[in-house]
Amino acid sequence: MKALVFSRKPARYAAAMVAGSLRPGRGARYGPLSLRDVDPPDLPGPGWLRLRPRLSGICGSDLATIDGRSSRYFEPIVSFPFTPGHEIVGDLDDGRRVVVIPVLHCAARGINPPCDMCRAGRINLCERVAFGDLEPGLQCGFCESTGGGWGQEMVVHPSQVVEVPDDLTDEQAVLIEPVACAVHAAGRVSDSRVAVIGAGALGLFTIAALRSLARPSVLVATAKHPEQRRWAKELGADVVCAPGELDRAVRSATSSFVLDNGQLTSGVGAVVDCVGSEESLAQGIRVVGPGGTVHMVGMPGVTTLDLTPVWQREVALRGVYAYDEHDDRSHDFAPATDLIRELDLGRLVTATYPLARYEDAVDHAAHAGGRGAVKIAFDLRSERTAR
Amino acid sequence: MPRPGFVLDVDRSTPPLLFHHGESLRLEKLPAGRSRVLYPGEPLEPLDDPEGAIRHALANPLGDCEPLRALLRPGMKLTIAFDDVSLPLPPMRRPDVRQRVIEAVLDLAAEAGVDDVHLIAALALHRRMTEAELRHAVGDRVYDAFAPHGLLYNHDAEDPDNLALLGTTPHGEEVEINRRAAESDLIVYVNINIVSMDGGHKSTATGLASYRSLRHHHNVATMLQSTSFMDRHASELHHSNWRMGKVIRDAGVKIFQIETTINNDTFGTSGPMSVLQKREWEWSARDRASFVAMKAGLDRLPLKARRKIFHSWQAPYGVTSVQAGEVEAVHEETTRNVLRQQLVEVEGQTDILTMGLPYICPYNVNSVMNPILVMCLGLGYFFNMYRGRPLVREGGVVIMSHPTPWEFHPVHHPSYIDFFEQVLADTTDPAEIEARYEKQYAEDEWYRHLYRTSYAYHGVHPFYMWYWGCHGLAHTGKVIVVGGEPRSVRRLGFTAASTLQDALEMAGDVVGRDATITHLHNPPLVMADVT
Repeated sequence: MKALVFSRKPARYAAAMVAGSLRPGRGARYGPLSLRDVDPPDLPGPGWLRLRPRLSGICGSDLATIDGRSSRYFEPIVSFPFTPGHEIVGDLDDGRRVVVIPVLHCAARGINPPCDMCRAGRINLCERVAFGDLEPGLQCGFCESTGGGWGQEMVVHPSQVVEVPDDLTDEQAVLIEPVACAVHAAGRVSDSRVAVIGAGALGLFTIAALRSLARPSVLVATAKHPEQRRWAKELGADVVCAPGELDRAVRSATSSFVLDNGQLTSGVGAVVDCVGSEESLAQGIRVVGPGGTVHMVGMPGVTTLDLTPVWQREVALRGVYAYDEHDDRSHDFAPATDLIRELDLGRLVTATYPLARYEDAVDHAAHAGGRGAVKIAFDLRSERTAR
Repeated sequence: MPRPGFVLDVDRSTPPLLFHHGESLRLEKLPAGRSRVLYPGEPLEPLDDPEGAIRHALANPLGDCEPLRALLRPGMKLTIAFDDVSLPLPPMRRPDVRQRVIEAVLDLAAEAGVDDVHLIAALALHRRMTEAELRHAVGDRVYDAFAPHGLLYNHDAEDPDNLALLGTTPHGEEVEINRRAAESDLIVYVNINIVSMDGGHKSTATGLASYRSLRHHHNVATMLQSTSFMDRHASELHHSNWRMGKVIRDAGVKIFQIETTINNDTFGTSGPMSVLQKREWEWSARDRASFVAMKAGLDRLPLKARRKIFHSWQAPYGVTSVQAGEVEAVHEETTRNVLRQQLVEVEGQTDILTMGLPYICPYNVNSVMNPILVMCLGLGYFFNMYRGRPLVREGGVVIMSHPTPWEFHPVHHPSYIDFFEQVLADTTDPAEIEARYEKQYAEDEWYRHLYRTSYAYHGVHPFYMWYWGCHGLAHTGKVIVVGGEPRSVRRLGFTAASTLQDALEMAGDVVGRDATITHLHNPPLVMADVT
């Protein structure tokens, strides 16, 4: 079968870092990602299912990996070579169309009894992502054992699949996983005044989820590009500004005073950082109010920050990763599905590419905002292997 | 004998015309056969003895009013209010006429034994004047005698303890002014009139008012009914101020109004700037060389250096009249003197109105002419320099020349930045802006703090700038900014053009290829009496 494979090749990885720093997305051309003919992954154990992806999205964390920007923190919780892709809608052998919960938690790893986190339903925080029946990997798409969405076949544990309602298109379904991340983030926010930094796909989904679920009285969002600005407005932001204007927009929205160093004296109760850069985190700390929380939804890396205001103003920096199960064992995928249906978010899948054009696809995804695009995905529907 | 202003029909022999362009200058050729230029009058002869004229005016008041000397007595509370840094433009070479008038008033007060005297800069919602600016306006002697004792200060329109509600007009307009002034036995208001909009009841009813009071006439509906706000009798802005003036008078507040007018000697009759107030076809070889050298020098300098040069210019205006006494009688005479200098009869409207916007407007003295002020100067002040009908026909095109950089003075114009970044990004419609955003900005505690303690214009001020241009905005079909930074011009809702020729072509799409063009050759100031 055809699959994009990310190998452990230090020289290539270094080349990706250089190329990616010169032009985001360029790591796909010079880095350790390549299109190969590989054997389909073996079923890791009884009950496992074979899945043939239809669409598989390109996520910000994928781009960071391809451009060599990921933290070394991940090294022990990924396994090489792996096929990326964790935003997946595909078909099981029994004909069911499903989306994948890519987190490789205790149940998928055959670990019993499960860890405390999994037992509490917080599978995103599984303590065993490097252990059990599978090679290390926090999610499908980063684990050698399972394959990923950017290949023609992969394997999934029954606990990882969620059937897609018939009325949803593939374009809508492929967004369920990233929208679930946004729903999870929105569930962490109970403040009336919120700022969202970033209007890429994750930022826009977060705006939509906040407006629908958290219902803040004021939602300020940053957007770099005109199309992002338009989407942010449509999906529920009250104020949309350029990234450099956020401090002033929040000040205005909160009637805050300003200290000589630009630090607001007041600010929003919650900042949801969907970028994860040093700049966005620093900005988040500047505009969050005393006692507020900066939610880190976009994957941060190694950063240098002045945390003095975090200390003096009792600000919480809180990571927000993936999604979890609720008390009734449902999970964030259900409200995400409702949200996609309600707002017809499938419109945000702007372009799809075959695997063979992965360099173009990655380049498009890395520059999506400037090109008026939101979500880029691989379309594998026409390149399936004969079974 | 100075020559009056006039209208020149452009023909093939007409040389390129001067367009002010922010901190720069341009020479532009207008199409022959369909263009005309409205030139200001030459500076009127100034008074030979301004001090004598001031003394005469104080002793011979107009209207139902006693001489100032008779109004002064020991033990009384006297408040002298004076126009702020927004007047005149450019600032006047020392001694400022306000200094001359205030010194004369203080001399009389001292003779009468008045010892409770306050001097207040009547700045309404403008920024506070700095010490240097106050010294320039009132003179060092007055400043040193009063300011150190807290007796010379800026009006604070947000000080709840120092505002007095005097009543309400029949139209429901609340009249709230500076408490010290309201509770004084006499207010002496010292004014400089550079345009016919200034003065009259507007001096006290606006200059010493609060936001609560100002909002009744600084709004979209009023400005749309002020056609133009330079013509008091056709200006709802003035009607409202006149109604408020009656409330002030009926509340027992006694005002002795002193108004002065100045001539058009903006750039002097000698020196490198003098060429800017000469008519182009009369430029001598020396004038041309001077202009070329000045332009070349300016164009080589960075913007900040150019700004510093222009803002350091102080005009050698001559005082053309002083009148004192009862507010309305004084203002009638003042207006007559302003129009004597500025009014030029113009036959018919034009399809395209061109204007070169200079580096200064009332709200960026020693500051930055930000894009909102560009709009206000062009569509507010310059567009409204008419009586009768606007110079440009309804649906016509206004072409303004200004670099319009995306730049703001962070201390003077903090709320302008937010207005530009947030409000104009959302809508440029004045009524919508007023309805959705004004209250938030007007009541913002941070803006209030900066207005009261720093040197910031009030939070609501950028709204007023936008409203000032709303009549022009509603009247015209298109606004083009020549040489404007495209990003900021777009944010204003206008169209940027690289050259005047490009702009005229764009305008042609709206008003036709053979459209008539009128260039407002301003400054020095000229006002059109359009028949």
